Amino acid sequence: MASTTENVQPSAGFRPTTGFYVGVTALFGAVFGMLVGNAQDAPLIGLIAGAAIMAALAFGLVASGQERISRWGMIVLGAIVGYFVADVAGAIMGALSGWFFGWLIFWLAKGRYRAHLVPYLTPGQVLWHYTFRVICGAIFVFLITPILVVMPLSFNAENFFTFTPEMLQLKPEGYSLKHYNDFFTNSDWQAALKNSLLIAPAATMLAVGFGTLAAIGLSQPTVPFRRAIMAILISPMIVPLIISAAGMYFFYSRIGLQGTYLGVVLAHAALGIPFVIITVTATLVGFDRSLTRAAANLGANPVTTFFTVQMPLILPGVISGGLFAFITSFDEVVVVLFVGSAGQKTLPWQMFIGLREQISPTILAVATLLVAISILLLATVELLRRRSERLRGMSPG
Amino acid sequence: MKLTKTLLASAAAVTGIAGLAYAQDMSNEMTIVSWGGAYQNSQQKAYVEPYVANNSGVSVTWDESSNEAVAKLRAMNEAGNITWDLVDVVAADAIRLCDEGLAMEVDFNEMLAEGDDGSSAEDDFGDLLVSDCFIPQIVYSTTAAYRADLLPDGAPAPDSICAMFDLETYPGKRALEKRPINNMEWALLCDGVAKDEIYDVLGTEEGQQQALDKLDTIKDQTVWWSAAAEPPQLLADGEVIMASSYNGRWFSAIEEQDQDFKMLWDAQVFDLDGWIIPAGLDEASLNRVKDFVRFATDTQRLADQAAYISYGPARASSAPLVGKHADLGIEMGPHMPTAPENSKNVFVYNYEFWADYRDDIDAKFQSWLAQ
Repeated sequence: MASTTENVQPSAGFRPTTGFYVGVTALFGAVFGMLVGNAQDAPLIGLIAGAAIMAALAFGLVASGQERISRWGMIVLGAIVGYFVADVAGAIMGALSGWFFGWLIFWLAKGRYRAHLVPYLTPGQVLWHYTFRVICGAIFVFLITPILVVMPLSFNAENFFTFTPEMLQLKPEGYSLKHYNDFFTNSDWQAALKNSLLIAPAATMLAVGFGTLAAIGLSQPTVPFRRAIMAILISPMIVPLIISAAGMYFFYSRIGLQGTYLGVVLAHAALGIPFVIITVTATLVGFDRSLTRAAANLGANPVTTFFTVQMPLILPGVISGGLFAFITSFDEVVVVLFVGSAGQKTLPWQMFIGLREQISPTILAVATLLVAISILLLATVELLRRRSERLRGMSPG
Repeated sequence: MKLTKTLLASAAAVTGIAGLAYAQDMSNEMTIVSWGGAYQNSQQKAYVEPYVANNSGVSVTWDESSNEAVAKLRAMNEAGNITWDLVDVVAADAIRLCDEGLAMEVDFNEMLAEGDDGSSAEDDFGDLLVSDCFIPQIVYSTTAAYRADLLPDGAPAPDSICAMFDLETYPGKRALEKRPINNMEWALLCDGVAKDEIYDVLGTEEGQQQALDKLDTIKDQTVWWSAAAEPPQLLADGEVIMASSYNGRWFSAIEEQDQDFKMLWDAQVFDLDGWIIPAGLDEASLNRVKDFVRFATDTQRLADQAAYISYGPARASSAPLVGKHADLGIEMGPHMPTAPENSKNVFVYNYEFWADYRDDIDAKFQSWLAQ
């Protein structure tokens, strides 16, 4: 937003009062000062100092009229102050804060906050507009922070889940790749990775095969009890996992599948099938049945029709269902703990015991890798979804 | 007559061959259940690696499920599908499994090797044979450690377990295990009950309430842990100023991970850890397991284990063989819970008491925690 606001002309003649922008900046300064002060055990002093300093800066900088110079000055000032408080990391945080306050002061003072809004909004509505955005941002931060914290910790040079002083000062000796090294050289982790890479694709193949057939069958209007069958097939998604797992344990034990690869693959396929059914059914809604009739009219048998006409068109749905099935199997720990035995230890299982018996940052390294893989897979799903919409003519882009 | 002799001879030969075949009929795969972490690693190095080197073709799979061994063995028994061959459990769990018939009873002198000094297995393990099913490996202790740098300025270094209950001298969070065992005893000890009367007091309603009342004084300053890996992490983070854990975990954090913790050996509670063999193993698996256990619990192997972790070997004959740490080269003797310097004030854990009262006191403790 900051980069575009420079070129935006505020609505003609609109200028907030000095008291408004000085006051609001002081308010932000007070909150910021309290947070910094709290870390130094003096929240009240921080609060007052923050408010006073920011109010003075807002007044002075706007009065000077030199926006570009003022904002660079704020960044440099923030970096210098931060450096004295907390070294390199402090300088970076300080520069970011300086940039933010520089932007905030001129955003308020020049009335840019109204630039993109319709002119008839009351001040209360403008306030709510931005409050709403801040709330959305806070929810986003709440959701993403646990994942973001894990990533730097996985480069920890120590064997604990702790941000060491060296790490906080961004010194190179506080960081290392040893936990990644451990993951790639430790035979336990490698065996677990191998098991996961064996089980997940096999379960995915089964889930995709059965799920697609079920979805196509259930989309025929002539099938009796469609809703009941559908409900049963997607029940693994609804029934609590621990119940399915315990049931599978006793059932698979009786028929000799407990503690075998086949057992784990079948259990994971059962968990993956609902995802495939749901995505493929959704794709079939947009599928034009006259195409299959046209194919039949031209002499193609149902199998040929399926592979040459229907399959290519519903492929994005099949693939995204398959990816969900893959992630389900790849991330699953409850069912495998019951259905598998130690020989089928998968990655999540290894992480689970690692977390319980020996809190080692190798888990964080693995978690970071898994997050990266999941992001790649979900990005693929999204791209396929867009392609599917384009093919069906639902969106122009 | 001649015919009879021939028949007898051939019968004997057949029996002999069958016996030989029987002796060699051993499964080549073993699933061993243990605790993971440094402890399992010490078993891997001291028992499994030498055993596999002597018996090529044998493969060992570890299952880190000792924490829930009792529940899992019950489920396996119900499903009629025993997938474990050998299970490492603490003595209290072994007693429960033995009572429920889930663990096999063992003839110690027949199954285990004699001590290096010629003593029989039963004499060598002595008092540590607390159950007919339980083959002890190590003596460990639950004890406390603290961070001197987090104590208030001028506070004396804690020298008693009662520092855990002294919020005035040592303000800050502490970490204790989320179960009544050890905590109830320490609470009574620090509430002025004499050491040899603690189990008498704890056997009464009032005594249990007294212990909970004492724990209540530090309840909001206590972080409750359930896995032994948590307290070193909490202490390293500075989340707590003192914590209880197993002495091997503290050794590993202090000596191997260079953490600046101090041990508080006062009123450490000895406990035992060892093997049980699940009841109902098939013949071939059982033969392999017996062969392995005989090897893994002999005098030398138990002494070797002490080179990887600071737990005392369960055989008396192993004690003189305990040497240096395998990687760090420091003498392990002074780090053992049984070393004279550390065991000046030991609290003797009463298995029979806890076998009788565990369910009852567990329930009270959990409902107290939830209040």
